[in-house]
Amino acid sequence: MSNKADMKKASHNRGVSLTRPSKTPWLTWLGVAPFFAFTLFFIFLPSASLLVGSFQNNAGQFTLQNFIGLLTPSVVNAYWVSIRISVVTALLGGLLGFFLSYAVTLGGLPQWVRAALLTFSSVASNFAGVPLAFAFIATLGRTGMVTALLKAWFGLDLYAQGFSVYSFWGLSLTYLYFQFPLMVLVITPALDGLKREWREAAENLGASGQIYWLRVALPILTPSILGAMILLFGNSFGAYATALSLTGGFLNLITILIGSQIKGDVLLNPGLGYALAVGMVIIMAVTTALYYFLRRRSERWLRI
Amino acid sequence: MRKSRLWSWFWIFIGTLYFVVPLLATFEFSLRARKGTLSFLAYERVFKDPAFWKSFGFSLELAVFTVIISVLLIVPTAYWIRLRLPQLRGAVEFITMLPFVIPAIVLVFGLIRVFSGPPLPLTDTYFGTTALLVAGYVVLALPYMYRSIDIGLAAIDVRTLTEAAQSLGAGWGTILFKIVFPNLRVAILSGSFLTLAIVMGEFTMASFLVGIKAFGPYMSLIGQNKTYESSSLAIISFILTWAFIGLIQLLTRGRAEGQMAGAR
Repeated sequence: MSNKADMKKASHNRGVSLTRPSKTPWLTWLGVAPFFAFTLFFIFLPSASLLVGSFQNNAGQFTLQNFIGLLTPSVVNAYWVSIRISVVTALLGGLLGFFLSYAVTLGGLPQWVRAALLTFSSVASNFAGVPLAFAFIATLGRTGMVTALLKAWFGLDLYAQGFSVYSFWGLSLTYLYFQFPLMVLVITPALDGLKREWREAAENLGASGQIYWLRVALPILTPSILGAMILLFGNSFGAYATALSLTGGFLNLITILIGSQIKGDVLLNPGLGYALAVGMVIIMAVTTALYYFLRRRSERWLRI
Repeated sequence: MRKSRLWSWFWIFIGTLYFVVPLLATFEFSLRARKGTLSFLAYERVFKDPAFWKSFGFSLELAVFTVIISVLLIVPTAYWIRLRLPQLRGAVEFITMLPFVIPAIVLVFGLIRVFSGPPLPLTDTYFGTTALLVAGYVVLALPYMYRSIDIGLAAIDVRTLTEAAQSLGAGWGTILFKIVFPNLRVAILSGSFLTLAIVMGEFTMASFLVGIKAFGPYMSLIGQNKTYESSSLAIISFILTWAFIGLIQLLTRGRAEGQMAGAR
């Protein structure tokens, strides 16, 4: 390239960066075009297609019948089981995760425990899906290690008591394996954000540890805790692979119902399948919106 | 104080138990393939199975393409938004969070509906289906990749670097590939390893688009008829996850305290 051309290019570029036009030139928008094109094709178009399909009958005419179809007992039941399992694992995972996080932030444990817990949590919250189901079958299945040990040590026969790893509670215990580590990851920054000065100020004013927690720390932490639990809710509400490989599709979850609808038209009505998916997205959208609202709230006090 | 520390240890004990017992049980189970004695027979069988290597290789390829496309898509976008279009920041952040709202099972449902017929019949061909799966994975990885890269960009002075480069005569290509990418290598690598961890064992989308060709559906198939091999596969994927997360922690020297992925 000739020297002159180089200079011309340089001066041209400088021109671009130094002049700040009040209106963004259209060429500037081109820089984000690939991103928007990609998301248009692979996020918005698929979602819109499901949404449109949920308002159409088999002949392609407008109908609300699909959403009325959501009220059939088997569909309502699938939503209900999914919601229950998500609430149970969000609450239990949230509690265990909170106590663990508390232990390593304010509980006076050595630094290496904290580092170990956070690393474990990163790994475990990512260890989901098919292999996790295998692990829990080996643990709590009929011939699983824990099942056998409980029988040998305490004479407790889980399966005679009606427990099964392929049941609601079996799946809940399995989900907890990635739920409580996620809680640790999300809530630890919030607990780190509790300032020592707040505690000192409360104590100077004569508050006991209990009063400090009830009147100062918990009110500050509540939005963070609720927000994190909502995140956990969504995390198990959308899970499919773990549930399918654990229960083989016998547990009637909403994701499993959608899955069988994709494989073959089990509902005898494609429109109903789209309505199921739209219903799921609505629930997820509400929970995510709540999460962001609560995070905003918690950021008033805690910089996370 | 002593009492509260005891309490802390108690919770750590419970957490450790919950974390370790299933792994121990799975490991012990995976060693029981030969009757009456502990052996690595199940692992031998897995490693001897050509379908294991084939599906593993296929998913690794998918993962690598996912990483390349995500990086090429997100780095320039995030950079450009910081430099020229800050007014779009909210919109882009919103879009990158959409995969949390649209679970994988719903996304793949929509992808199949849109791309399985005219005017965009991607699922008619092998290449098209694979490309569609990679596109789906790019969407799944979007929140993590974007977050990682955006945090990386926040740490460097984009404007000054760009103006310095321009004043020395660098064009946009040079700026992106010789300045932005190298400065973001830790962020890009940690986002990439997380993407690898997500894609390698991914089951939901793969099972509907490519079936047992991919590693996740392959594992699921093994689980249906081979008990001990499935336990050894669980251990193998656990080690993989551990390796990817470990690499991230190593790269960021523990600064990235938590890496989390979504529902599966």
